[in-house]
Amino acid sequence: MDTSKLKYSSTHEWVFAEGDTAIIGITDYAQSELGEIVFVELPEVGIAFDKGDTFGTIESYKTVSDLVTPLSGEVIEINSALTDSPESVNDSPYDDGWIIKIKMTDPGELDRLMTQKEYEDSPKEH
Amino acid sequence: MRTPLYEDHIERHARMTEFAGWDMPLQYTGIAHEVGVVRTKVGLFDICHMGEFAVSGPRALELLQHVTTNDVAALAIGRAQYTLLCNEKGGVIDDLIVYRMAEQDYLLIVNASNETKDFEWIASHNTFGADLENQSAATGLIAVQGPMAENLMQPLADFDLSKVGRFQIVSGLFAGLNCRIARTGYTGEDGFEILSRMSDCPAIWAALLECEKFGVEPIGLGARDVLRLEAGLPLYGYELTDEITPVAARLMWVVKPGKGEFIGRQAIMCAKEAGEPQILVGIEAIDRCIPRHSCEVKKDKAIVGSVTSGTFSPTLGKGIAMAYLDKDQAAVGNQVGVYTSGRTCACQVVSTPFYKRI
Repeated sequence: MDTSKLKYSSTHEWVFAEGDTAIIGITDYAQSELGEIVFVELPEVGIAFDKGDTFGTIESYKTVSDLVTPLSGEVIEINSALTDSPESVNDSPYDDGWIIKIKMTDPGELDRLMTQKEYEDSPKEH
Repeated sequence: MRTPLYEDHIERHARMTEFAGWDMPLQYTGIAHEVGVVRTKVGLFDICHMGEFAVSGPRALELLQHVTTNDVAALAIGRAQYTLLCNEKGGVIDDLIVYRMAEQDYLLIVNASNETKDFEWIASHNTFGADLENQSAATGLIAVQGPMAENLMQPLADFDLSKVGRFQIVSGLFAGLNCRIARTGYTGEDGFEILSRMSDCPAIWAALLECEKFGVEPIGLGARDVLRLEAGLPLYGYELTDEITPVAARLMWVVKPGKGEFIGRQAIMCAKEAGEPQILVGIEAIDRCIPRHSCEVKKDKAIVGSVTSGTFSPTLGKGIAMAYLDKDQAAVGNQVGVYTSGRTCACQVVSTPFYKRI
């Protein structure tokens, strides 16, 4: 994944948009802060979320954290490989560690997300 | 504070953490990997932060019988004993190991976080006039834990390690340096703890890691906590506090009221007679979740306890924890809910240790 083509949220998700679909994962910064991930709880395909909703949880040795969707839409695909290999989120956050794919209901929401440079320059909370 | 191995941890790019005022390695590669190294090969732990006291002289036994709960008179020379320091109310001041080095010569290894408190407590009760010395600053401690520990160490020892049994201690040359080596540990694996001069630790550490024989690797405190939890071993400050009695902590196997009077004896006997409202149990997650420290435990809607320590067990592939539960909820197989970050994690009470090798 070319990370310069992604959009980023302040809650450390990344988005790869193509047409009206978007793939969502968590950033390298987020996986590094979480440390070794042991569980990823995924939503079911077909569920609709509004921007800002929790769509799953991610649990590491250190902490459990909500997965927040930066876009509204319906889940059309989940990375079910993460159930058995949650460490993919650590090892490959932008490729094998993708989390869900959604059909966007409002692609205009993309404009409110950050570019890579804006995300890298943004203050990071722990 | 820094141990003499600090520079080595930094060179190995360990992620560091503060523990009891010490800069210690939290992890080198990753917790799951490091746990696996100790369970299948052998790992090294820098535990120079721990406290070591020498108690000696003709009154040493009397002092130790007075301040600890186990029966020190039953301890043969060259043997070690897990024991507790308790206050008058029967609460646990610390858990520790007493080693008998010679007829009137004992060594105590205590938790780093309690070193000052323990020493002051023992000194304040030394009306016997035993010789008591805090040797923590000058004494280094390296743990070598895992099924290949003896194989890794034997070529460096000038004595036969296979003759050192579990909970025994010997003195001898190791890597050419004067050491005391005990077959004890905090991981649930076979292994040793090497006591040396603090300044000799870097040479011993380097000798053990040379050529990475048997797949040896250094292990951080993160994996150490997972290993001790899998082995069902309590940690002071979590499962044990000065408010918790050995009855509640299910440590009555190291309390020997038959030896005579000792600090906390009466309170512990009363607690045993009356029973404690909550006792320490092991719980494991049924769901894919981790019961964590300080989480409430509920049965139906009622709060029935709280989690003292919890983690993901890479060895078992599930969340595990220790918790104090109401006595009527403590039976093995009882299903309870652990409330973690607004979610319920379904768990059941299990017998400990979660993992057993030794």
